Amino acid sequence: MIAYIADTDATAGSGRAAYTLGPLAAGPTCCEPRPQISVENLTLAYDGRAALKEVSLDIFRGCVTALIGPSGCGKTSFLSSLNRLSDLIPGCEVEGRILFDGQNIHDQLTNVRALRRRVGMIFQRPNPFPLSIRRNLEMPLKEHGVQRRADLDAAVWRSLVDVGLWEEVRDRLDAPALALSGGQQQRLCIARAIALQPDVLLMDEPCSALDPVSSTIVEDLIASLRGGYTIVIATHNLAQARRVANYAGFFWVKDRAGVLIEFDHCQRIFDSPRHELTAAYVSGRRG
Amino acid sequence: MLPTPSLRDALYGFGICIAALLVAAIFFWLLADLAWQGVGRLDWTFLTTPPRNAGRDGGLAPILVSTSLIILVAMSVAAPLGVATAIFLSEFTPAGGRLARWMSLSLDVLAGTPSIVFGLFGGAFFCVFLGLGFSILSGGLTLACMALPILIRTVESGLRSSPIEWRLGAAALDLSRATLLWHVLLPAAAPSLAAGLSLGIGRAVAETAALIFTSGYVDRMPSSLFDSGRALSVHIYDLTMNVSGGDANAYASALVLIAFLIAANSLAFWFSNRIFGRRMARA
Repeated sequence: MIAYIADTDATAGSGRAAYTLGPLAAGPTCCEPRPQISVENLTLAYDGRAALKEVSLDIFRGCVTALIGPSGCGKTSFLSSLNRLSDLIPGCEVEGRILFDGQNIHDQLTNVRALRRRVGMIFQRPNPFPLSIRRNLEMPLKEHGVQRRADLDAAVWRSLVDVGLWEEVRDRLDAPALALSGGQQQRLCIARAIALQPDVLLMDEPCSALDPVSSTIVEDLIASLRGGYTIVIATHNLAQARRVANYAGFFWVKDRAGVLIEFDHCQRIFDSPRHELTAAYVSGRRG
Repeated sequence: MLPTPSLRDALYGFGICIAALLVAAIFFWLLADLAWQGVGRLDWTFLTTPPRNAGRDGGLAPILVSTSLIILVAMSVAAPLGVATAIFLSEFTPAGGRLARWMSLSLDVLAGTPSIVFGLFGGAFFCVFLGLGFSILSGGLTLACMALPILIRTVESGLRSSPIEWRLGAAALDLSRATLLWHVLLPAAAPSLAAGLSLGIGRAVAETAALIFTSGYVDRMPSSLFDSGRALSVHIYDLTMNVSGGDANAYASALVLIAFLIAANSLAFWFSNRIFGRRMARA
C-alpha cells in the first residue's frame, strides 16, 4: 500500500474510516522500496477519547516522510507511538499494529529500550540538557556502553560534523548547551540523536520554534540526512514539507479525532491531491 | 472624579514603594537596634571564651560549638533523607495520586506544626524512648524532623518544575531514570536544594522551644554528641528571661546569631552548588 485516500462519505455515517487504495506510485530513487515501518489501523486514545483513528501508512527506509495537517490532528501522537514514547503518557492507549522491520513493536518480545535506541526523536522545542555541549552528547553514549575516551571524542566530533555544528562549537565544547542559539540547540539535539546511530529519526515540528535563518539551516540539515536515515517529520510548514519530503501524509480532524486523509508522494500531495480536503489544505483554502 | 490613568499609576507605585520601604525599615530598625545594643560587647574574646557568671560576663565559645554541632547533625540527617523523599514524591508517585496527596498534606501540616510540639515529641522519642538523653544528638534529630517538611517540599517543587522536554528527551534517548535524575534533574534542582537547606537551617538556628526539651541548656563545652549543649537561641532566651543583667550579652548573642544564620545560608548555597551545581552548566 503506497497511496490511498480516505473515502469520506463512507466515514461520515459510521465514524469508521474506510480507505480506498489509490494507484501504486513509482518509488523515488533515493529510497528503498520496502517499508521500514508499517502502521496498520493505528488508533490512539487519551483517557478513552480517540486522538487518532485507524491510521495506516508505510514509512520507507531512507526517505523523508512528512506529516502535515492542522494543530490537534494527531501528528505528534502518531510520532510518539512510533517509538512508544506514548507509553509514558498516563491514560494513553494504542490499538492497531506498528511493524518495525516486520516486528510488531507492541509485541511482548519487543524491547522498548532497544526500540528507542533505533528510533531517535527530535522535539518541537529544542531540549538539550542543562549540561555542557560535550556532556549532552557523551551522556547518552556512555549510557549505551561507549566508555573509551577516544571513542567518545570521535563520536562527538562525527555527530557535530554531521549536523554542521563542529566549526561553530569546536572551541567551546565545554560551554553550556543552553547558551547556544535556538537553531544551534536544535542541531545539537539532532547530533545527540544521531550519535546513537539510530535507523529512524522522528521530528516533531523541529523548526517551528526557530527563527527563519535557523529554520533554513535545520531544514537543509534534514535534507542532507535523507538517505542515511528514515525520517518522519511532522510540520505545519507546507513549503518545508514540500522541499524536504519524499512522501507526505495529510491528517485532518474528524469527529474530534485525527484521521489520515491522504498519503502519497509528496509531489502528488501538493500538485495533484485527490481528496478535496487535501487540495483545500495545501492550497491554503483551509487549515 | 476619578484620577487620570497616569495619576492612578503614580499613586499605585507610591503605595507599593511605601509598603516595601516599611518592610525594609522594620528589618533595618531591628538590625540597627541589635547592633547598637550588642556591638559594644562583640570582640574576639566574646567568641572564644566560655560564659561566666551565668552568662552575664564571658563569651559564647561552647554555645557556638553546640549550635554548630546541632545544625550539623540536623542537616546531615535531613539533607539526604529530604532529597530522597523529594525524589520519591516527584519521580515515583503520580502528581495527582492518592499517596502523593496524603504525603503532601501531612508534610504541610508538619511544616506548620508549632515547634514546642516537636520539642515534646523529640524529648519523648529521642531523649527518653531511644535513650539519647538531653544531648546534641537528640536536639539535632528533633531539628531534622522540623526541617524535613520544608526541605522536602522545596526540593520536590524544584524537581517537578524541570521541563517535561528533558524527561521526554531522556526517554527518547533511552537514558535510565537514574541517569536522568542524577545528571540532569538533581543538578537543575540544586538552587531549590540550596533554598530548602537554608530555610531548614533558618528554622533550626532560630529554634528555641524544641531544643530546651531535647538538647538542654548546659553551657559547658560539649565533649561529644551525647553531651547536652546550649544553642544560641536558648542562650538568648535564658539571658533575657532568667538572668537579670544579662541583656547586653543577649543582644551581642543575637547579633552573632544573625551572622551565624547568614554564614549558614551561604554555606548551604555553596554546598549544594558544589555537589550538583558544578556539573550543571547554566546559560
